[in-house]
Amino acid sequence: MNIVEKILARGSGKSSVAPDDVVFADVDKVMMHDVSGPGVLKVFDKLKKQGISVDKLWDPTKVWVAEDHFVPSADKMSAENIVKLSNFTKQYGIEKHFKYGMGQYGICHTISHEEAMVMPGDVYVGGDSHTNTTGALGAFACGLGHTDIAYVLLNGNIWFKVPETYYFKLNGKLPDHVMAKDVILKIIGDIGNDGGAYRTMQFGGSGIDEMSVESRLTLCNMTTEAGAKNGIVEPDQKVVDYLSKRGATNFNLVTGDSDAEYSKIFEYESSEMEPMISKPFSPDNTCVVGEAPSVELDKSYIGSCTGAKYEDLEAAAKILKGRKVKIRTEVLPAAISIYQRAMENGLLKIFLDAGVTVGPPTCGACCGAHMGVLAKDEICISTTNRNFPGRMGHIESQTYLSSPMVAAASAVTGKITDPRDLL
Amino acid sequence: MRGNIIKYPRDNIDTDVIIPGQYLKVHDYAELATHAMEGLDPDFHSKVKEGDFILSGKNFGCGSSREHAPIALSHCGVKAILALSFARIFYRNSVDGAFLLPIEIDQDAYDGISEGDEIDIDISKNEIKNITKNQTYKMKPFSEIIGKIIAAGGLFKYKPDQD
Repeated sequence: MNIVEKILARGSGKSSVAPDDVVFADVDKVMMHDVSGPGVLKVFDKLKKQGISVDKLWDPTKVWVAEDHFVPSADKMSAENIVKLSNFTKQYGIEKHFKYGMGQYGICHTISHEEAMVMPGDVYVGGDSHTNTTGALGAFACGLGHTDIAYVLLNGNIWFKVPETYYFKLNGKLPDHVMAKDVILKIIGDIGNDGGAYRTMQFGGSGIDEMSVESRLTLCNMTTEAGAKNGIVEPDQKVVDYLSKRGATNFNLVTGDSDAEYSKIFEYESSEMEPMISKPFSPDNTCVVGEAPSVELDKSYIGSCTGAKYEDLEAAAKILKGRKVKIRTEVLPAAISIYQRAMENGLLKIFLDAGVTVGPPTCGACCGAHMGVLAKDEICISTTNRNFPGRMGHIESQTYLSSPMVAAASAVTGKITDPRDLL
Repeated sequence: MRGNIIKYPRDNIDTDVIIPGQYLKVHDYAELATHAMEGLDPDFHSKVKEGDFILSGKNFGCGSSREHAPIALSHCGVKAILALSFARIFYRNSVDGAFLLPIEIDQDAYDGISEGDEIDIDISKNEIKNITKNQTYKMKPFSEIIGKIIAAGGLFKYKPDQD
């Protein structure tokens, strides 16, 4: 069995599973945020009316909650959702609630790794599509909707069809100007928006061994944009070190068997990788930066679970150091812990000296919700994950997806720019 | 199940256009319904009637996991989506929450069915009848688990232990 089959077999109490088997797997961790949490509450209300008891969760110690989409509260309705979420965690005895304005908080997927909320080998589900991110720690990490999360909260398990697995092998270390974001954009461009649909996308090879845990998180994060059920990397010493630093102990490092089966293997050479973008209006509409259209950008956005981890900010700072931005540029670290490290290591000074606005952790502008949304006809280069029509604001705005390095270089020139031009 | 078709002949209709991100804070189902398809078709509300079906291409419902998407469509009266394929979270949200039926169709149905056609869906026979054009197409059968959850009326009414 491969790693995902082993995790799902263990979770469902079976000695083995194979693709297309339907299993009810026990869940080790479940996450919800200020959008999916109130959504789950609505499901609970519906269940109560049907006479189904929602008095007790199956195990509140396995539940954790993030405030990220509409924080700092965008308006009265989002403020009320935060109150609802707080009442919810109080009522059900959920202790792990990362509240904004009270120390560590941030985008749920970033908190999942920054706070070691999820462990290798876990069956982890979250009420958000980018839950796939956390598969980089060696967990089966999968996004679900409100009804399914409500089901997990009350029953502790959920059904899955065991996915077939596409294995993406990356050979060799990436060049300095190429980031994991470029690799995943290249892959999505090759296989399409539904190229990984219902499947696992597993990453391995010497290029992945060389990669930091944060880079692997970027890869797994955007498996969602290829339609994948989950993304995953087999855990290694880097993952153990990463999680140990964050207080984790007792590792169950599940890896695939030597005769593990994959339905397809894709191979990429790191030395051939180039900085990439996705043009409007689809993540699979990719090209190399050298072939980017010559558009006048209005904004550069460095934020989100995809593109505002510490190493993302570090990469952007390397370019912005001693330079001034030519277009509106916003940097929003994805969690307070990252914000703090950016302050301690001088990154915030580099950003502010360059003229960048540094904001608080939030999903806000990435999903066109608040705090930096785009006007009609505005064009943005962004380290985020989607560029469908209206994704980041007005339906007639445009978003180009890129790595933090490309977004920073483009902030300096006002055009889509290869970081090599400025390094 | 009978209804009329609203056709969006394109692929990758994503949840950002089915219900834009600014409405994620809204959890009132009736209010969500008033914003359905706002990112794609401002005339949707003047067209849609109780019992209608939407017909579209590949990867319908891709993008975010927001359950708001099937909720908004179902509370406009949409009973089924006929598409060449579906994104996985939209698909399971539609079924597990018993909001609407996601029907996978083949190219002949996609090409043959037009805006406004009256359609009869018979899931017991995996058959789609085009009453307007007097044509019949096959639908892809539901997988066993999906069929059982639909028959039960949603995930909470489905009892896996009785299998």
